Amino acid sequence: MTEKKVVRVAGAQGFWGDWLEAPRRQAEGGPVDYLMLDYLAEVTMSILQKQKERDPSAGYAKDFVGAMESVLSGVAERGIKVIANAGGVNPEACAAAVLEMARAKGAAGKLRVGVVTGDNLLPRIDELLAGGHELKNMDTGEPLSLVRDRVIAANAYIGSVPIVEALTKGANVVITGRSTDTALTMAPLRYEFGWAGDDWDKLAAGIIAGHIIECGAQCSGGNCLYDWRSIENLADIGYPIVEAQADGTFVVTKHPNTGGLVSVQTVSEQLVYEMGDPHSYITPDVVADFTSIHIAPDGKNRVRVHGITGKPATDKLKVSIAYRSGYKAVGSLVYAWPDALEKAQLADRVLRERLDRLGLKFEQVLSEFVGANATHGPLAGPDAGKHAPEVQYRIGVRDADKKKVERFTREIVPLVLNGPPSVTGFAGGRPKTEEIVAYWPALIDKTVVQTKVTVLT
Amino acid sequence: MKVRLLDIAHARSGDKGDTANVGLIALKPEWYAPISKYVTRDRVAAHFTGVITGGVERFELPNLNALNFLLHGALDGGGTLSLKTDAQGKVFSTALLRLVVDIPDAEASTLKLPPAVDIP
Repeated sequence: MTEKKVVRVAGAQGFWGDWLEAPRRQAEGGPVDYLMLDYLAEVTMSILQKQKERDPSAGYAKDFVGAMESVLSGVAERGIKVIANAGGVNPEACAAAVLEMARAKGAAGKLRVGVVTGDNLLPRIDELLAGGHELKNMDTGEPLSLVRDRVIAANAYIGSVPIVEALTKGANVVITGRSTDTALTMAPLRYEFGWAGDDWDKLAAGIIAGHIIECGAQCSGGNCLYDWRSIENLADIGYPIVEAQADGTFVVTKHPNTGGLVSVQTVSEQLVYEMGDPHSYITPDVVADFTSIHIAPDGKNRVRVHGITGKPATDKLKVSIAYRSGYKAVGSLVYAWPDALEKAQLADRVLRERLDRLGLKFEQVLSEFVGANATHGPLAGPDAGKHAPEVQYRIGVRDADKKKVERFTREIVPLVLNGPPSVTGFAGGRPKTEEIVAYWPALIDKTVVQTKVTVLT
Repeated sequence: MKVRLLDIAHARSGDKGDTANVGLIALKPEWYAPISKYVTRDRVAAHFTGVITGGVERFELPNLNALNFLLHGALDGGGTLSLKTDAQGKVFSTALLRLVVDIPDAEASTLKLPPAVDIP
């Protein structure tokens, strides 16, 4: 009997800010072929764009350089490959920083870094609008011209094709900008198994494998509600690994002797995370059908996934546009027993009356009472928080006028001496006024976006 | 019989813009049938009255013993615009699990559904 080829893709980061230990643990805890590191959330690109405006050599997820250092011997000596969308709005600078790190660590020439570009549409926005691409907001239908002068980032979500191209050109590290989270897993499977661009079921299987591991340990026992007390050793949690076969079936597992849990329940919770219409999970490569997934236990900390079907991809790509959208500030105070909630509610009335007297009207004002209604609102019931030992009063405002928001930030701390009693928790002083960078989702014709792959050593 | 979703299902939620999604998964495969029958779109919309400003969409995933709900207008604008503690809808999951549904006694006892306790 010939052994079937198995390709192991290990999820090593689920967002920018994830556990710094995870990449090294995934590289060293057992056999893996690929490390997949997902860094980009919807708002991350705009943060990176702002950084690049201040410093042309910035604009990528700097954590990734440290992550690469922590797995360098695995990549340089043991043939592990790395796929990451750490490039943000400056994949070339990210690649340069990784290569510089490798040289400094005596691994010059060991890394072949494939850089994927072409997703950044910011320099092309006016040309695109002039060419009849309206870039209408997918949620509201409004044309982009409404906020054009406030746009600070615009990136097309790109799929598996350029990543496969980079691997074909011999890259052992692939750095992309705004590629989809799921493509980071599907692309190496497509490359290894030679899946055709219209093999919809297999591409969909790769996408769903990617969806399962794109949030790191959130499928291996992290943030799992099902029987959460029984999940052992979260301190030593194992991040997920997909063991895939050429027919598109795969097993989700984790390294031996790690904490957490891989079970039908932990994987199911991740499958439904951020789900829209389960029949049509749209990606640049394929439309995956989540109602086709078969999932079954396959031994301890192993879950087998099969039966996945997909439909042809659409002719559009999603575009993530970020634009400046006013200011906000959120502040809080803590009130103690007895009658903590009542005191906090009085503080809210007092503060709002003072804002009124100052003539300050905001686009939005939101008060929450943490310990009573902040997470579930009225669903928490009429008695929620009534006997709480303490309640945090949290108030936020949002407005286009920065001055108004800044004035608001001065009105909270005075309550400590001139408002209701038993108040503390003001050590942070005045809250900070933050500029809001909002998200504008749009679609664009695929033909408009041309990706480019360069392999650097 | 009154049955609370917390006792028969688990859940995870996330966000997409100003919409929160809640995936609701039966604790036991045989409990998917009553969940899909009694946890209707209207029932969930009524549950979230005063909490969300938009409508509710409902999808079935019998293969995962799960339902998926989209709660529109749930996140005070969503993403970076939101002033809410739960700006990304992470804990709408357990808010849905507070829902109590009425299930005929015969059906509930055949399926050994646990009765809700301390619910008026």
